[in-house]
This record gives sequence, structure tokens and C-alpha cells, in this order.
Amino acid sequence: MKKQSIPIFDQSTIPNNLCPIATEYSKMMPGDWRSMLPVVNRKKCVKCSICWLYCPVQCIIERSGWFDANLATCKGCGICAEECPHGAIEMVAEED
Amino acid sequence: MYEVRLHGRGGQGAVLAASILAKALVAEGKHVIAIPQFGFERRGAPVAAYLRIHDQPMRAMTNIYNPDCVLCIDSSLPRVVDIFSGMKEGGMLIQSTKRPLGELKIPATVATVALCDAVAITLEIFGRPITNTTMLGAFARVTGMVSLDALNEALNESNFRDAGLKQNQLALQRGFELTQVHTIERREAA
Amino acid sequence: MSAVLKPKNKVLVCDGNEAAAWGVVLSRPDMVAGYPITPQSSLVEYLAQFIADGVLDAEMVEAEGEHSVLSVLQGAALAGGRTYTASCGQGLAFMFEPYFRTPNLRLPIVMSIVTRDGISPQCVWGGQQDAMAVREVGWIQMFCETVQEVLDTTIMAYKIAENHSVMLPVNVNHDGNYLSNGIVRIELPDQDEVDRYLGNKDVNWHVALDPQRPMAVDPLTGGSAGTGPALFSRYRQGQCEGMQNSLGVIVEAHKEWAHRFGRSFAPLIEEYRLDDADYAIITIGSMAGAGKDVVDEARNRGEKVGLIKIKTMRPFPVDTMAAALSKVRAVGVVDRSVCFGWNCGPAFQETLAAMYYARERIPCLSMIGGLAGADLTQVHFDRAVRETAKLLTGPCPRQPIWLNAQD
Repeated sequence: MKKQSIPIFDQSTIPNNLCPIATEYSKMMPGDWRSMLPVVNRKKCVKCSICWLYCPVQCIIERSGWFDANLATCKGCGICAEECPHGAIEMVAEED
Repeated sequence: MYEVRLHGRGGQGAVLAASILAKALVAEGKHVIAIPQFGFERRGAPVAAYLRIHDQPMRAMTNIYNPDCVLCIDSSLPRVVDIFSGMKEGGMLIQSTKRPLGELKIPATVATVALCDAVAITLEIFGRPITNTTMLGAFARVTGMVSLDALNEALNESNFRDAGLKQNQLALQRGFELTQVHTIERREAA
Repeated sequence: MSAVLKPKNKVLVCDGNEAAAWGVVLSRPDMVAGYPITPQSSLVEYLAQFIADGVLDAEMVEAEGEHSVLSVLQGAALAGGRTYTASCGQGLAFMFEPYFRTPNLRLPIVMSIVTRDGISPQCVWGGQQDAMAVREVGWIQMFCETVQEVLDTTIMAYKIAENHSVMLPVNVNHDGNYLSNGIVRIELPDQDEVDRYLGNKDVNWHVALDPQRPMAVDPLTGGSAGTGPALFSRYRQGQCEGMQNSLGVIVEAHKEWAHRFGRSFAPLIEEYRLDDADYAIITIGSMAGAGKDVVDEARNRGEKVGLIKIKTMRPFPVDTMAAALSKVRAVGVVDRSVCFGWNCGPAFQETLAAMYYARERIPCLSMIGGLAGADLTQVHFDRAVRETAKLLTGPCPRQPIWLNAQD
């Protein structure tokens, strides 16, 4: 699990109409608008990490025996499926 | 006056759809104002367009808060955006989805629902789920406000970045044919 | 992006940016320059497309930034070219150095400001702060209410700018988002008629980069000794004269437009149902549409309210406004921008000043709304009308009302 710094600054100590600032993360994730998602065939995946190298949003995560996409940030662009040398990734339609 | 609110995601052509529809309606003698709503300017971000249709000239250049009709060209959007916000009682929903009516969450204010599996249609025609022109066909079918001829003429004048004119005209036709219209009996409050 | 092909029967369904681009096409400029910035971007894209398609025969310079954009056009104007650009917001800010210089050199450049709010808080949406912030630099400024007016005024701007008694650059302003991207049906004027309307180009009869007429343009002037002070003042006075002359020229340009093309727009201010009104709201830009709807509704209720819409902000039509103010007993000014120094809107501040020349001092209320893309709907205008009506019988607040604060 990646470590992320969490802001600990308390905004309530300053007037809210001075300089515009924000301290909370936006809940909007790139995964929200996917129409296709990558499904990895674990048997074919050899963990060569080509998908990880090519992913434009760096959403590929490492599991015990295979690489998978973090669906919160995966946009469904299909580059991993295109580049996988073993054809282990298939793009399937997103259920909505 | 008839107020339509189009919903989609950035990059799907919702704003272009409003523009094409505006052209077609003007060709059929209506007065139209179409205003897009800008959010984050990038693919996937929710986008809306406001389209007012009237027999007389209109002056107000404002957004639409109480639409008569909601046209949603993206099947996943209702999950994240309240597309029904402010809708008039007895309004119409035109939704791109592969689900049947029973599986959709639709408020009781909606009296007419038109469903079209635009993704399936466009994957077949374009190889990509660009649903805007298909959903214009659905709009023409369920409202009867604009003819396919006028829409085809408007398509002819539009500059398509991603796919050719013929494909879009085919998508329009299929959207028109393959839309299912449901009239919902409104339940009386107990 | 929409239609690029030749529109049939001169009817076009398009937004304000495309309409402005068509206005530019019909004015036959020699050079256009541009740099994209939301919400102006599609305007310069249309110009590039028109040039590529052969619809516009002009040179386009895509400079690396707005500072160079306007500097390049200054050179082109000095060489006799009719020129055009468009910008807004931060782009206008980046352009400020040549922007300041252009009216001082009396170059008749026409520039659209697709008005938008300044950056911070970070925003990309329409307001009017950018155009208002630069109103003291010496450009003529006109604010359009409709998409058709954007097209027509762009052409009229050349007639005004290049008039020998004016020779000042002109800003044709239209609201970002609502006018820039709002789509309606418009009509294209006939090119031949526009050619007759504009007449021959006469851009650099007074200053030129021309080997046949060698001159130094903009030599060192001013200082406290010798001829400096009187000389500098002479040029500034000339600018002021040009500005004042433009009031009459703007009126004439609109009159001739109405005569040739059958469309008339109020050139300085528009008075809507004002003659028998007790009170009025003052508006500027596209918001006037919703304002007029609400005035009609209020009239149906028996309220004797009218509307004044400012088209020409610079030069400010002091006498015309004073005459209009003299017809009512109270006014409420709806501004789409802020006058920081006075805690009010800019149009409000100018109205107060014009009131000095009116029949009497009347209560005047400042209302600010529509900032950063916020909508000014009939609901907001209904409130504006009601708040202004209160001035007839109650005290006049000194604080502005922020119309979108509860949205």
C-alpha cells in the first residue's frame, strides 16, 4: 500500500475569504468514466511489467502472481492490452 | 417553450450534439438557444448543454434549471451526477443504456422514458462508444420535434473530428430505429 | 467546432466566437494574430480554419504569447494593414504592455475581448473583470448583448476605429461562456454591402513605417524641461478628443448599419421601457436578455420599471446616461465585475459619476453577480428589480448586494 502524506493543517484558524486555498482531496477519480476495463488472464501473465511501463496513469499494481489494474484510477485506455506481449489482457465493456 | 438539458462526459460530443440539434431545429423554423456548461476541460468530466426551443424569439442567455426533457448520452453518468435535478413534473428522459427500464433508477416525476443502447450501436459502427449522434436519433424518435432530414442536413454541415459523415448518419438512423419508448403511469400518492 | 462551409442563404447557427470570426472575415483584415485562451480559443481556431479553407484571405501570426501577438499587429498597422486579434483574462494581462501603447500610437486595431474573470480564485469562466480592469487605457469599448450583435459590431468597429476623427483601437466585448459559446441563429451580412459600408482601408495615413515617408515613430517626449510638457499634453489631449469624437461616430456607424443591413442596435445605451418608468435597472452585456424578460414580467404586475443597457462603456456616454437617469427616481446597477477601490461594481461607479450631470441625485444601488461563469437568471433579476423598487420608499444601502452569494 502506497504511503501518502495527509494534510494536517487546520483551515478553521484563518478567515475563509482571504487567499483561496484547499486542503481536502477531490473525490473525482479517473476510473469514474471508464467504458472498457482491462481483465488480466492470470495464467498468461508472466509479470514482465510491460503493462506497468506503458500505463499512462501508472495504475498497474503488483499482485502475488500477476499484474493488475487499480480500477480507481484506470481510465480504460486499453494501452496495456495493446502492449502486453503475451496477450494476457483483454478489454471488456464496463458494467454500469 | 421546451427546455432540454443534455448530459454527457467531456470528449463524447455532448456539446456538438446540442449544436447539431440546434441547427436542425432552426432549419425547421424554431427559435433556439443552446449554451454549453463548462466544467473541467478534459475527457470524462461531466458536461451539460442547455437547449431552449420556442416558436418565438428568446432573449435570455441563461442555463436551464427546470428541463422538460433530459437527454443523457452516457450510461454511467446518472451514477455520479443528478441528471434529474429540477426536472419538470411529467418530463421526459432519453437515456443511453443497455439496461431495461426496470433496472434504472428514475424519479416519479418522469412520465416518458426513451432508452437506446447507443454503446452497442456505436461500437458496431465506429468501433468506439461515441454516442452523441445516435442519441440525437433517439431524441427525434421520441419527441417528434425534429425530422431526420433536418438532422442529416445539420450533420452534413458539421465538422467531425473522429468519424466520417456517413457513419454518423448511419448512427443517427439506428438511434432513431432502435429506441424504445416507455410511457410511465404515474403512481398516485397514497 | 461547427460549420465551416459556406452557409446557405446567409443563415448560420453558431456561437459568439464563430460569429466574431465571420465578422472578421467580412471585414477583410490583412493580418490576424492570436493566442488561445479560454473562452476565446475557438475564435482563433475558426480564424485559422477560415484561412486554411480560403474563406479568409489574411496572414495569420501565431505568436508565442499575447505580448507578441499585439506587438506584431502594431507593426502591421503601422505598415498599413487592417488587423485583428482577440484575447481575455490572463492573455489580456500578458498583452498589457502593447495594449497600453496601441491607443497612444492611434492605431485602429480591432480586438475582441471574450470577457472572463481574472485568475484568482482560479477560474476559466466568463465575467467582465478583464475588460473592466483595462477600461482606462484608452481603447474604445463596446459590450454586445446578442450573438448577432457580436458579428455586426465587429464590422462596425473598423468603421469607427479607422474614422479620421477617431483613430483609436476598439474592443468588441462579448461575455465568455454565455455569448462566446451560446449558439443561436444569425444572419451573415452580404460581403459587397460590407465592403461598401467600410469603404477603402485607410489605416496609416497619420503614422507609418514607410520608406517613402521616413519618420521616427514614438520618439522621446515629455519631461519637465523645454518643449516636453506641452508636447506630451498635446498628444494626450488628442487622444481625449478622439475619444469624444467617437461618441458621434459610433452613433453614425450604427445608423448607417441599420440603413444598409436592416438591423439596429442602440449605439451608446439602450433604453427599454424607460420613458414612463419610476425606476430602472442598469445592465451590461448578455445579462440584459434575462433582465428584459423580468422587466416585462414586472410590468405585467403593474410595476413601472425600465431597463438601461450600456453598450458603449468607453468613452462613457455621460450625457446620454444623465438624460436617461433623469427619467426615473431610482436605479439599481447590475455589474458583472468588481470595482475594488469603491466596494461596488464599475458600471455603478460610472453611473454615479454621470448622475452628477443629471437632473437630480437619485438613489442608486450596486448589485454584483455573474462572476466566474455564475448565471444571472430571471430569478436574480427579479431580486434586482425588487431591491431597486425598495429605493423609492426606503433607504439606499451603501453596500453592494452580491446576487450569487446564496446560490
